[in-house]
Amino acid sequence: MSAPVSIPRLIGLFAVLAAVTTFAAAFSNAPAYRQIPADTGVIKFSFSHSADRGRECRRRTPEELAKLPPNMRRPLDCPRSRRGIFAELAIDDAVVFSQELPPSGFAKDGPSQIYRRFTVAAGPHTIAARLRDTSRTSGFDRELIETVSVRPGQSLALDFRPEHGGFIWR
Amino acid sequence: MIGPVRRGLARVFDAAERGLDRLAGPALNPLAQLGALGFFLFWIVAVSGIYLFMLFDTGVENAHASVEWYTTRHAWHAGVMRSFHRYASDMMIVVMVLHFLREFARDRYRGARWFSWVTGVPVIWFLYMSGITGYWLVWDQLAQYIATTSTELLDWLPIFGEPIARNFLAPSSLSNRFFTLLVFLHIAIPLVLLFMLWIHIQRITRPRVNPPRTLAALTMLALLAVAIVKPALSQGAADLAKVPSPVGLDWFYLPLYPLADASPGALWGVLAAATVMLAAMPWLPPLRRMKPATVDLDHCNGCGRCVDDCPYDALQLVPRSDDLPHAVEAVVDADKCVSCGICTGSCPSSTPFRSAGPLDTGIDLPDLTFASMRERLHELVARGTSSPRLLMIGCWHGAAGARAEDILSLPCVAAAPPSLIDYALSRGLVDGVVIAGCPESACYNRLGVEWMQQRIAGERNPYLRSRVPRERILSVWASPAEGARLDREIDAFKVQLAALGEAPPQTIDTPVIVEETAS
Repeated sequence: MSAPVSIPRLIGLFAVLAAVTTFAAAFSNAPAYRQIPADTGVIKFSFSHSADRGRECRRRTPEELAKLPPNMRRPLDCPRSRRGIFAELAIDDAVVFSQELPPSGFAKDGPSQIYRRFTVAAGPHTIAARLRDTSRTSGFDRELIETVSVRPGQSLALDFRPEHGGFIWR
Repeated sequence: MIGPVRRGLARVFDAAERGLDRLAGPALNPLAQLGALGFFLFWIVAVSGIYLFMLFDTGVENAHASVEWYTTRHAWHAGVMRSFHRYASDMMIVVMVLHFLREFARDRYRGARWFSWVTGVPVIWFLYMSGITGYWLVWDQLAQYIATTSTELLDWLPIFGEPIARNFLAPSSLSNRFFTLLVFLHIAIPLVLLFMLWIHIQRITRPRVNPPRTLAALTMLALLAVAIVKPALSQGAADLAKVPSPVGLDWFYLPLYPLADASPGALWGVLAAATVMLAAMPWLPPLRRMKPATVDLDHCNGCGRCVDDCPYDALQLVPRSDDLPHAVEAVVDADKCVSCGICTGSCPSSTPFRSAGPLDTGIDLPDLTFASMRERLHELVARGTSSPRLLMIGCWHGAAGARAEDILSLPCVAAAPPSLIDYALSRGLVDGVVIAGCPESACYNRLGVEWMQQRIAGERNPYLRSRVPRERILSVWASPAEGARLDREIDAFKVQLAALGEAPPQTIDTPVIVEETAS
């Protein structure tokens, strides 16, 4: 059993503990961190989209269908794998992203995906987003060219939703 | 490279610890209670977290509003609890870092101690994950920053399907379901953390998981004072249409997040390298240690004192394997034994009074046998020319560590059984005995100082016999940096001994001591 500690010593120990706790509290939300410069905003280019199948579907012959179990007699024989998507993003005519995005999944049957964040100066910018998701080897299947005005600290997201007509701002 | 860093850090800790020893005494020294304080802070965080969870709305829309509601409208209880939750979490990082640095500085992570060190590495990970998932739930601007940066960091790993960061693309993309998952994570991860903490202390006996009540109360008071003066607040509701910049970071939990912004891959590299290096440190280089303790069954009656005294859970009692009429015997787990010798000091067979046959004892260090201790004692006595005649039993890790030439130098002072002191004084071999061990708050072998104090005070077996004049014993608990204090205390002790005169030999010789009870 240790000897009792005097009140002044306890006060001293409290002061030490309070100082350490104050140190913890002080650095629990300061100093502030600036993720992007003050006069800039962010454009996020992101989508998750499945391209066309790796090759065209083929209609099975009646003989082929007859050989299949009844529950598997689908008239079309479609490959599981998808094509990759070639996507490109240009900001003010400068291509900032241009890449072939492979399909996801071990069987290459999942959607191609992309998430990129670009910091841009506040003000108007011409955004050109394009992608190729079919068998064509040049040119693009979908395109959006639009001038947007980015406010300081604004976060704009450019997604691709075929059901909404293609590229959309979110 | 590691050695000089370790020694430099050890000097810093030593200065701070001795200062706190002088201020509050060894028992209340916070630096000697870092592990216990870590557990205590965990429970503060757990209790305050449960309290806050009862008032928290887990939906995207209402999460921030509910936090604001109880922070501002119910500041006197829920607001204080929130500050407790936040600041105690930050204090856990402070305590953990200090604990890690202190064990490193004191070289208590190599050899048999590798287990506690290595299991501490996932504790670091889980503590950070616990804190980061908690910040996320408030769904203020800091939470938004953490959410986007964390998910971008995770998306760098090629293991997720759709990028998780897409959940935070725009206000419309966030769902309540995601928040439910976060709440689950913020409960599950701390539970795993607690489990890891339990594993972390498995290889030590009598782990300190509760600080002294006075220290715990003062810690609570300090948290309360800071909670009142600087309450934890949110940073405005999250808005995915805006970039949360600037944002006030918690630099204890998020010091590397700016690096994640710049290069997630670089951060993963840093984290992976740091984790591997930390986990490998016990073998960089491996500790050259003495052979582990061995049991001599001919002298072991299975009394269990060595099992009680071992600080590292390296001993246990098992059914007898020989024909001697005892129920159990001690066995040593060589992987856990750090060769501190405390077991030798606790063994009732470790008595130097025996004259017939070799001086074997029940449990001994092959590289530093009990017989060699007595031999060394006689050698020192034969060499001694000073008056009064002194025997110093010194710990390698304390102030006497650098004086191995003139002392009985041991890995721990508790490796010397009290009967050795009795022997030296009652045989008139010396006039006084100096026991120079580690500081009370920083025993290298955790419990050696405490056991030695209790043995001398007659509170723990084996007791120092009552016939031994206590005025001829000086205990100095000092660090390597306190050599001057050790010298001063020895000088004063010599004056005291000179006044007492030579120690007269006991007229009655003592037979073999098998067991002795406190008088």
